[in-house]
Amino acid sequence: MMNVRAMEIGVGIFVAAGLAALLMLAMRVSNVSDFSEGQGYTLTARFDNIGGLKVRSPVRIGGVRIGRVTAISYDERAYQAVVTMAIQNKYDRLPTDTHASIYTAGLLGEQYIGLEPGGAEKYLANGGEIKQTQSALVLEQLIGQFLFSKASEGAKK
Amino acid sequence: MDNNTKNTGQVDTLVQMRGLRFAYGSRVIIDGMDIDIPRGKVTTIMGPSGTGKTTLLRLIGGQWRPQAGSVHVDGQNVHTVNRRELYRLRKRMGMLFQSGALFTHLSVFENVAFPLREHTRLPEQVIHHLVLMKLQAVGLRGARDLMPTELSGGMARRVALARAIALDPMMIMYDEPFTGQDPITVGVIMQLIRLLNDSLGITSIIVSHDVQEVSAISDKIYMISQGKVVGHGTPHDLGRSPSDWVRQFMNGLPDGPVPFQYPAPGYLDDLFGIA
Amino acid sequence: MIVVDWLQRLGRNALFFLQRLGRATVFLLQVLAGIPTIIMQPRLLLWELYSVGVLSLAIIGISGLAVGMVLGLQMYTTLVDFGAAQSLGPVVALSLVRELGPVLTALLYSGRAGSALTAEIGLMKATDQLSVMEMMAVDPLCRVVAPRFLAGVVSVPLLAAIFSAVGILGAYFVGVGLLGVDAGAFWSQMQAKVDLHADVYNGLIKSAVFGLVATWIAVFEGYDAVPTTEGVSRATTRTVVHTAFAILGLDFVLTALMFGGI
Repeated sequence: MMNVRAMEIGVGIFVAAGLAALLMLAMRVSNVSDFSEGQGYTLTARFDNIGGLKVRSPVRIGGVRIGRVTAISYDERAYQAVVTMAIQNKYDRLPTDTHASIYTAGLLGEQYIGLEPGGAEKYLANGGEIKQTQSALVLEQLIGQFLFSKASEGAKK
Repeated sequence: MDNNTKNTGQVDTLVQMRGLRFAYGSRVIIDGMDIDIPRGKVTTIMGPSGTGKTTLLRLIGGQWRPQAGSVHVDGQNVHTVNRRELYRLRKRMGMLFQSGALFTHLSVFENVAFPLREHTRLPEQVIHHLVLMKLQAVGLRGARDLMPTELSGGMARRVALARAIALDPMMIMYDEPFTGQDPITVGVIMQLIRLLNDSLGITSIIVSHDVQEVSAISDKIYMISQGKVVGHGTPHDLGRSPSDWVRQFMNGLPDGPVPFQYPAPGYLDDLFGIA
Repeated sequence: MIVVDWLQRLGRNALFFLQRLGRATVFLLQVLAGIPTIIMQPRLLLWELYSVGVLSLAIIGISGLAVGMVLGLQMYTTLVDFGAAQSLGPVVALSLVRELGPVLTALLYSGRAGSALTAEIGLMKATDQLSVMEMMAVDPLCRVVAPRFLAGVVSVPLLAAIFSAVGILGAYFVGVGLLGVDAGAFWSQMQAKVDLHADVYNGLIKSAVFGLVATWIAVFEGYDAVPTTEGVSRATTRTVVHTAFAILGLDFVLTALMFGGI
């Protein structure tokens, strides 16, 4: 049988390695400074079409990630998609006339919400709504419109 | 052993079994047994292999439950007391298993110290002394640092005995203590059983089928066969029992009431024809 | 007739399974009842943590490294075709943290430590060591099974975390060191995609559940083994096979529950 000291050292190494691995997963692999639900403040925005936007999609401003989508629902009366997003508390100076659009990263990449700040004096608060939105560009619609306009040009000639 | 049977004026019973019945599945192993184990004596339960002798010990220890009947140890019914009472009772029972059942990951010393460490809060120094005393009693003080795998079968049994008496029990149950041992070891174990019984006043219950050894050290013998008690008394009494069965067993005759042949269809039918 | 026979066999097996499950559940409750006593005596845990956790470190570390390196290599060759080599970090990290870490750790643990637990407890039963303990008024569930159970339940999440971390380092070594993915992109993309709650915590919960189930199966098979040489060897085999089925089945259920909505 091994002596107790060697065993204790072994168990100590094991526990330390396990905790170090957990720490690495928390700090280095995932973004611990990223806030969770409950932290940050929420904004909503209504879109006619959200395309491929999903819960946890990023919210960016000037290319910098400042928050993410926390919920997506559908308003049956307005026939619009309602997107709820959480924004980190330190970015609390978004003007009330901020414009929200759904963009695609690259041609086939993931979709995200891009915000463009307006010029209003007041800032959006927790629970505020972004009024000005632009829907996602749906590739099929674009192609359809393009073909349609080509066809109508041809008909004019 | 006549000197031990002289004063039987008042019989003090430590273990009392009444109408005991135990079946394993559909196989009835014990079928209505009444046994009294007197306090401070060596009592042997003897019978052929496979007649539920070990089962009997497990019933006394409360490890298994009988389908009917009762076992009282020191006035308490083993199978109706609650768990705490049963455990308190078990601390006062020692049991020596056939294999010894030493903890293979612990040294001889730690094996004997195990019950002391589990049930007492004695200082290390006292445990050390107690363990050496118990090992001295079985003559293995010098083997304290060996591991169980380094012991011979006889030594393992003696260590197990030292462990069984570690808590100074009121009784010890021996499961086939002589089986598979060389003559010297058998002699040593016989002496130990008698010695522990006489010097410490421990009640001994032996389960065995070794007629010679048992006759030499027992005060009382119960003969069992097919789940029933077929005879009891001192070894002397049993030697001249009127029962054919008891005589066959005591004298080791190959044929008799216990037939040599396992029940089978006629020999010739079996060999030559389909019945 | 054959169909009826088959149905009968199915019914018998189902009843047998249910009966065993019931016994295993009662057994688990008894073991759980013994855990407070173990926490009072942490000495008992030491040896078990050593044999279950420390001795599994080597196989977990080496397997994690190998899986991470292979993932790094394979994912790179696919991603580079789409010009998405910088996604190597998140792809590897997500597959390890969510799935491969917990599942492979549990399977390796069952082979390395679970089978040993079954054999050890089964042999203790076969050699009457559990019986003799009972006769000494020491509850073997509390003294023998509970510390092993607790050590297993504690060890598996730690082992899974080590597996994932080492795997990510392995992928980093291959991707960044050998194949030339940008180190900054590797980590920052990973951090952008991997969520502490949704991915890391859920992976941990998964491995905790797997640890509980794998250890439960191992100690139950040992305790319930037919106390003969053959019985113990069968029980050991059953431990590994049943654990594999249970882990893979549970993984599907847990994945559906945790990540299904995303």
